[in-house]
Parts: sequence; C-alpha cells; structure tokens
Amino acid sequence: MKSMNELLAAKGPHEAWLPLLETATREVFELMLSCQLAAPGTAEEPAADVTAMVGLAGQLCGVLSVRCEARAATLMTSKMLGVPLNEVGPEVADALGEVCNMVAGNFKNKVAGLAEGCMLSPPTVITGSNYTMHSLADSAGLEVRLLFEGMPLLISLQIHS
Amino acid sequence: MSIRALIVDDSSVMRKIVERSLRQAGIDLTKVFEAGNGAEALVVLQENPVDLILCDINMPVMDGLEFIKQLPGVANAKGVPVVMITTEGSESHVVEALSHGARGYIRKPFTPEQVKEHVVPTLGGKS
Repeated sequence: MKSMNELLAAKGPHEAWLPLLETATREVFELMLSCQLAAPGTAEEPAADVTAMVGLAGQLCGVLSVRCEARAATLMTSKMLGVPLNEVGPEVADALGEVCNMVAGNFKNKVAGLAEGCMLSPPTVITGSNYTMHSLADSAGLEVRLLFEGMPLLISLQIHS
Repeated sequence: MSIRALIVDDSSVMRKIVERSLRQAGIDLTKVFEAGNGAEALVVLQENPVDLILCDINMPVMDGLEFIKQLPGVANAKGVPVVMITTEGSESHVVEALSHGARGYIRKPFTPEQVKEHVVPTLGGKS
C-alpha cells in the first residue's frame, strides 16, 4: 500500500488513485455480488436512472458516486439478496447505497492515512435522471467506467481539496 | 446446537446478506432478530436473549461502538459474543471495538468464508 503523499508525488494530484478506485469497486462486486466487472468497449455514458452518493470528510473531502441504469440496480439488488429479479422490491435504493458505501470504504482503506483520517457519510440515493449535481469539488475528479453484466456503471470521485 | 442471532445494521439489505452469510457458514440459526441501530438493538435485547450479535459501526441514532459500550448493563447480552461488520477499516475503530468487548471485526466487503472464520470461533461449539 502506498501512502497518500507517495501517490500524489508520483503522478498528478489524485490521478494515481484511479486504479485503487477501480480495484475497490471490482472487489465489492466480486465479494458481495459474486460477479466480475468488465471493461467497457466504448466510453458509453450510463443512463443515470439511479445515483448513489457517499460524502467523504477529513483528510479527503468530496463525494463518491455510483451511477447506473435502473435495471442494473435491480439486478445488483437481486444478486445481493439472493432472490429472483421479480422478487426485488423497494430495497433497490438501499442496495445501491450499500454498494456505494462499500466502494467508498474499500477505497479509503486502500490509501494509507485515509482509513483513519477520512469519515464517510450515510449514502444518499437519487432515482431519476433529471437533476444536476453541484458540489464544492474543485478538481477534475476521477471516473471509472465498468460494465456490470453488460450494463454500464460509472463510479466517480469528486474531490474538494 | 442452534443459535439466536441479533444483526444490527442500518441497511436492511446488509442485514439479509449477513444472515445469509451466517447460514452459508454452516451456522444453524433458530431465530434472527434485526435492528436498524444500536438503540433499537438495546430494545430487542430487553425482551430477547440471543447467542450472537453482529453489529455495524456507522449507524444513525446510536452507532455500533456506543452500542457495545452499553452491553455490560444488559442482562440478555451477558457473555454474548459481538462481532463488528463494517466498512470502517481504521485501526482506532478496531482497537476501540475490541477494547469494549467485541470478539471479532469483519470489514465490508466480505465473503461467507470470512464470516465463518471470525464468527464460528466465538460460539464455543454452539453452532
């Protein structure tokens, strides 16, 4: 595990965290949903039917979000609960919020110093796509695009330095 | 011997996952109680004896660390093993949880094998 300062010195600010964010995401899906995420063939923008967000505060301030289509969120819920798709109900928001929470937690645990020095907020989940998010983030942020069972998944970390 | 478990987490989905992981770990559950935070868990314990408590840390109303600090005063929790299951990976949280009586600490994301590894030894052959 590299320290935060080593990572920042090695590449541009925060850019070196990109593989950690991707690994953190992949691990959550492998361990909790028993599925492998794939790399997308194109930079396909997911329809943001559902967005889960977790705030970070402390040594790192920002917002980590997971965006996907509603059918992807429903399939995630089905896999997490171990129930058929047609039995998935209102737990979808809870499930996607937990995915986002685990990705954020797993990510910060991979950067030395962040596990101790960074707190997570409870997840917030937005359903629908007709919204604009304004955050205090003042850097470009990080984005990881992956495919969950063929459906696009966008994980982004907006950072307020 | 089968056991009664109390699962404390503010996510109902996570509570179901933990229950399923316990069953996959071969633990025979006769009864599973659920609570959404530490305060709700204390209410459950007033009426119901349990053999195992699994508890998240970051929860509204009363978090997991505050909850386990309250357990010595709860009759139905005397001698009951507590295992924390949380996204919090900081050593200070681990140390604090263990110093207040937690017998295990599992970081999310986790596998059923990790649940088995951390939970079964705390049951002293009850599972």
